[in-house]
Amino acid sequence: MKVLVAVKRVIDYNVKVRVKADQTDVDLANVKMALNPFCEIAVEEAVRLKEQGVATEIVVVSIGDKACQEQLRTALALGADRAIQVDTANGLDSLNIAKLLAKLVEQEQPGLVILGKQAIDSDNNQTGQMLAALTGMPQATFASAVVVDGDKVSVTREVDGGLQTLNLNLPAVVTTDLRLNEPRYASLPNIMKAKKKPLDVKTPADLGVTIKNHVQLLKVEAPAERQGGIKVASVEELVAKLKNEAKVLG
Amino acid sequence: MSILVVAEHDNHSLKPATLNTLGAAQQLGSDITVLVAGQHCGAVAEQAARAAGVSKVILADSPAYAQQLAENMATLIVAQAAGYDYVLAPATTTGKNVLPRVAALLDVAQLSDIIAVVSADTFKRPIYAGNAIATVQSLDPVKVITVRTTAFDAVAAEGSNAAIEAVEAGQDSGLSRHVSDEVVVSDRPELTAAGIVVSGGRGVGSKENFAVIESLADKLGAAVGASRAAVDAGFAPNDIQVGQTGKIVAPQLYVAVGISGAIQHLAGMKDSKVIVAINKDEEAPIFQVADYGLVADLFTALPELEKQV
Repeated sequence: MKVLVAVKRVIDYNVKVRVKADQTDVDLANVKMALNPFCEIAVEEAVRLKEQGVATEIVVVSIGDKACQEQLRTALALGADRAIQVDTANGLDSLNIAKLLAKLVEQEQPGLVILGKQAIDSDNNQTGQMLAALTGMPQATFASAVVVDGDKVSVTREVDGGLQTLNLNLPAVVTTDLRLNEPRYASLPNIMKAKKKPLDVKTPADLGVTIKNHVQLLKVEAPAERQGGIKVASVEELVAKLKNEAKVLG
Repeated sequence: MSILVVAEHDNHSLKPATLNTLGAAQQLGSDITVLVAGQHCGAVAEQAARAAGVSKVILADSPAYAQQLAENMATLIVAQAAGYDYVLAPATTTGKNVLPRVAALLDVAQLSDIIAVVSADTFKRPIYAGNAIATVQSLDPVKVITVRTTAFDAVAAEGSNAAIEAVEAGQDSGLSRHVSDEVVVSDRPELTAAGIVVSGGRGVGSKENFAVIESLADKLGAAVGASRAAVDAGFAPNDIQVGQTGKIVAPQLYVAVGISGAIQHLAGMKDSKVIVAINKDEEAPIFQVADYGLVADLFTALPELEKQV
C-alpha cells in the first residue's frame, strides 16, 4: 500500500513570532523554519507502517515555494521514498491546498493519506478534513493510534472527554495528534542518502487546479499585552490578594 | 442574514459550547436555526428550542448520526445549509472535525476559531499559537465558521420557544464505523466552562503527586487542567491538556502550578481574568503573564493554600 504524507514548512515552534510594524503579517525574515511538528508525526507514522510491512512506498508532498524542498529532504531523510513539491506562493488557504492534494491523490492512488492535525502557523485544522471531503474518503482526525488491518484502518482519536475509536474503509485520510508517536531524528548517513532520492516539482497548472482566493488577510496585530503582575511573598498574601484585590475568591 | 448553528451535544443534553456559539451568531443576525443531529436526541432539540435567540430547530434523529461521524454529518449539514448565509459550530473536537468537511463540499473556505466578529464578512482569529491576531475577510457567499467559545458570552438557556422541525435522515455513508469510546469520568466542572481552573505541569513530578492539584481544585470547586509536559509524562490524561493543541480556557481564575509557561501552553489560558503562578523557578516565563506569582515549592505551598481558602 502506498502512503501519501503532506508536510508543511513553518516557523520553528520555539520561535516567538513578531508582528510586522505595518501590521500586514508576522515577520518571517531571518526566522528559523522547520517541519511542522504534527507533520513530523505524520511522516514518522508512515515510516512505522513501512517498517511493519504495511506500507510499500511513502510519498511526501509539500505545497509552497522552493524553500519547502528543505522540509521534503528532511522527510526523505526520515524514511520517505520520494517527494513532490507543488510550486506555489506560500500562504494558500486550506481549501486550495486540499484541492491540489486531491489531484495528487487521484494521480498517486495511495491507500492511506496522513496529515498533521494542524499547522502551528495558521492554526486552522482544516486541510485533512477538506481533502477527505474532496476525495470522498472517510476521515479520522486527531489520531493517537493507527492500526491497518486488510482493507480497513482502526484509528483511536483524541476527542473532548476522552478517546474514540473508529474503523474506516481504505483509502482514508488520517490526521495526527501529538501522542500518536515520538518522531525519530534523521541520521547523518540518511541525510546524505536523502539528497539522492527523487524530488519532483509540479505546478498547480500541471494538476489542473486554478488557485482561487477565498480569504483576504486584512491585518495582523499583536495580542493585547497582559498587565505586568506582582510577586507575592507568602501564601497568606496570595489568598488575601485573591480575596480583596482580584475578588476571585469568596 | 440567516444562520445555521450546529449543536454540540451528547444525545442527552445540549453542551454549553452551543450557547456561546449562539452568542456569536447573535452578532451576525437574528434569524438563527439550530441543527440537532444525533440519535434519540429529542430532549436536546427541546433544550435548543428554549435557548435565547433561537428561531427554529431542525432535528435529524437517526442511528446514522449517533456518534456524529464526520462523513454523515457533513452530508446532512450541506443538505440543510441551502439558503443560509452562515454555518457555525463551536470549535470543539466535533466542530473542528466536521465543519472543514462541510466547507469543502460547499466549495468555500472555513474560518477557524474566531474570537471576534468585526463585520458581516470580517472576523478576528488567533494565529501562531495566539501570538498574533489576524483580521480576515471571507470572500465566499457562505461563511463556514468555528467559534472559540471562551471568546463569546453564552446566551441564556431559556427565553425562546422555537418550533422544532424534524427532517428525514440521509443515508449512512458506510465509509466509517464507530467502534468504542473511552470516556474519562469526572465529577468536577467541565474544563472549558469552569470558573476556576487549577493546572499542574511537569513540576508536579508524578501521577500520584497530581492528587495535590486535584485536592486544591476540589476545595475551590475548580476544574483540573494540565500542561503538555504533564500529559506526555503520563501524570494526567490528554483530554485535560490546556494549550494550543489542547483545550482553550478563559476562567475567572487560573492557577498554574509547576508550569514553566511555554508559548504553546499560554495560548490556551492567557485570556483568563486572573492568573496565579506557583513555581519554584523564579525565572519561569509563566511569571511574565501571572497577575500574582508565588516563588515556592508547590508541595508546601499547595497544602497551605488549601487550608487558607
